[in-house]
Amino acid sequence: MAILSTNPNSFSQLAVLPPDWPGNFWLHWVVFTVIILAFVLNTALIFIWLERRALGRFQVRLGPNRVGPFGLLQPIADVLKLLTKEDMIPAKGDKLVFWLAPLVAFVPVLMIFAVIPFQSGALLADLNIGILYVVAISSVAAVGVFMAGWASNNKYSLIGAMRDVAMLISYEIPIVLSIVGVVLITGSLSLTEIVGAQRDIPFILLQPLGFLIFFIGSLAESNRTPFDLVEADSELVAGYHIEYSGMKFATLFLAEYAEVIAMSALMTTLFLGGWQGPLLPPIIWFLIKVFAVFLFIVWIRSTIPRMRIDQVMAFAWKFLLPLALINLLITSLQVVFWPEASPWLIVFLNLVAMVVLVLSWSRFFRLGGERIEV
Amino acid sequence: MTLKTEHFVLNLGPLHPSTHGVFRLRATLDGEVIVDIEPVIGYLHRGIEKLAEGCTYKQNIPFTDRLDYLASMSNNLPYVMAVEKLAEINVPERAEYLRVIMVELQRIVSHIIAVGTFVQDLGAFGTPLLYMFREREKILDLFEMVCGQRLTYNYMRFGGVSHDIPDEFLPALAKFVDRMPGFIDEYDQLLAENEILLARTKGVGILPKDLAINISASGPVLRASGVKWDIRKADPYSVYDRFEFDIPTGSISDAYDRYRVRIEEMRQCVRILRQAMEQLPKGKVLTEVPLKLRPPAGEVYAHIEAPKGELGFYLVSDNSDKPYRFHVRAPSLINLTALRQMLIGWKLADAIIVFGSIDICLGEVDR
Repeated sequence: MAILSTNPNSFSQLAVLPPDWPGNFWLHWVVFTVIILAFVLNTALIFIWLERRALGRFQVRLGPNRVGPFGLLQPIADVLKLLTKEDMIPAKGDKLVFWLAPLVAFVPVLMIFAVIPFQSGALLADLNIGILYVVAISSVAAVGVFMAGWASNNKYSLIGAMRDVAMLISYEIPIVLSIVGVVLITGSLSLTEIVGAQRDIPFILLQPLGFLIFFIGSLAESNRTPFDLVEADSELVAGYHIEYSGMKFATLFLAEYAEVIAMSALMTTLFLGGWQGPLLPPIIWFLIKVFAVFLFIVWIRSTIPRMRIDQVMAFAWKFLLPLALINLLITSLQVVFWPEASPWLIVFLNLVAMVVLVLSWSRFFRLGGERIEV
Repeated sequence: MTLKTEHFVLNLGPLHPSTHGVFRLRATLDGEVIVDIEPVIGYLHRGIEKLAEGCTYKQNIPFTDRLDYLASMSNNLPYVMAVEKLAEINVPERAEYLRVIMVELQRIVSHIIAVGTFVQDLGAFGTPLLYMFREREKILDLFEMVCGQRLTYNYMRFGGVSHDIPDEFLPALAKFVDRMPGFIDEYDQLLAENEILLARTKGVGILPKDLAINISASGPVLRASGVKWDIRKADPYSVYDRFEFDIPTGSISDAYDRYRVRIEEMRQCVRILRQAMEQLPKGKVLTEVPLKLRPPAGEVYAHIEAPKGELGFYLVSDNSDKPYRFHVRAPSLINLTALRQMLIGWKLADAIIVFGSIDICLGEVDR
């Protein structure tokens, strides 16, 4: 296990390698960059296929089944099609920003994977500020989305981009507060240590309310239903990527799926016990959990309608934020005053607290929204 | 530094996923809030009213299919009723019952599409819509059995209907009628208590009772405003006076009420279908009518309760084989006129769902 450095500025500290991985610092760096790229790209392809097949099943139809067995090669055929498409740039768009936006959206999401442990010690960099780094870097993707929306010189894409930024600002806060609960229990910001702390009980049981808030928040962060109003197809046609075509569109699309993968992987790491599980090898457990979270997201997508922008905002500030603060208060009291309590007692208390809080709060909270005098 | 904001104009349409055809909404927005909205119609104008003046009475029946192409059966009926009234043609009783069966099946199809696309506009990705289309397919199979077509049926004739039903039709219909209430309950389970659907539709797009009457709205849009007005009861045509059914109405006339009224009307359709199947008499389905029909000079107006509202045909005859004037009172167009009052002050996303809750068909709006 890597020795955690207290000085994040000292780059050379990263060279302290996990003992079970061969090679030196640079070999490790190269190998893991390739692994992460391959993982993200391949998982995105599988996710696209899985989502379309699962949606088909949810919607009493078959889904793609023409290209390859069970339509498995459909995403590859789609990518080939996108590669050969004409690459259009709007005549009055901002060409440089338009060109940069897909990269700015994709690269930060890719960088999240640098600190996610696929199994014990198998990660690019075991930063001691891991989760802080994730929170910081994942917000940068919104800049790419806004650049795309702005540079397209299209009203739909601008509205979509504005919605994305508004949502990011609102949902970042409950997400971070729910992560703080996990960090309080673990006493560390390192993702490896967080997974290690879940050896007996995954944090989804110790922090049920925190998981709920994190899950809803990450749905909003990755623009999935019911918070998909950034690209709301019935209102904004396609939202911020309306003017994109060809490989640029593919990159934006990939960024979106990479964000879902990242969020699923983060949920796995923070709340579902990461790579840990009986019998099967750790990496398999990690993948099973990531795919399970993703299938749950697809299930939600096929079931519930979209919320309106003011309702989305109200939900973040009036529902998630207070609950996240209360959850943080409960967790800190438990950690400070009752550190020796049996964890199962805490699990029970927190589950009861979650049910009571969510039910009583939703009694007073209405999504609503009223007509505005103009 | 002072920041200043500006209103901006957003053209929703004519090619837009949620306009269900070629329709344009010129929305002036203040951020997300609608300050002004102006519907622009006419992109699907085919001049059917003028075309019909150049064709014989019988040749005009297929034109009516193409008005509200999601409810062709209901479009055939008022036109043939108008001509029958003008030329005083009697319709055999079996044909009247067949017409009622077809029109009620058509009402289910139209409401299925209305509710399905409405929920699709809400952002529910396809699932409710495709569940509903499963039943729509079954009804289209029934129509195909009867007249060989699945969208534009051209089934009604002056003095009856074009074909008698095949033997396998009634058992298939009975099976469908038995299963449909279960399917409607399934839609209700999926949608009616969904928190997000309630939050999005309750109180949104209110069309007050007096405004609804003033714009002469009709159909589910009027009934959702709490007016108990249904031409099947108010001015019974065909054999509707022999059936028992209720008129579902709404209370606060919002988008949710319009959705509820449609769901309830589907249940009433099933009730009517059951009674019509029981009462269906034997006999012929078509009276002999001269091939070149020349109704006596005069004018006539016949109307029915189509799925979208009062659909009427106004014909003027000059004793030739072609109508002198052929006018359609299209419910979609008239229900659409209050869109501006319903939308101002709401958000952009509400414009889409209120528009969807009115349930228009562009073929009928532009003609």
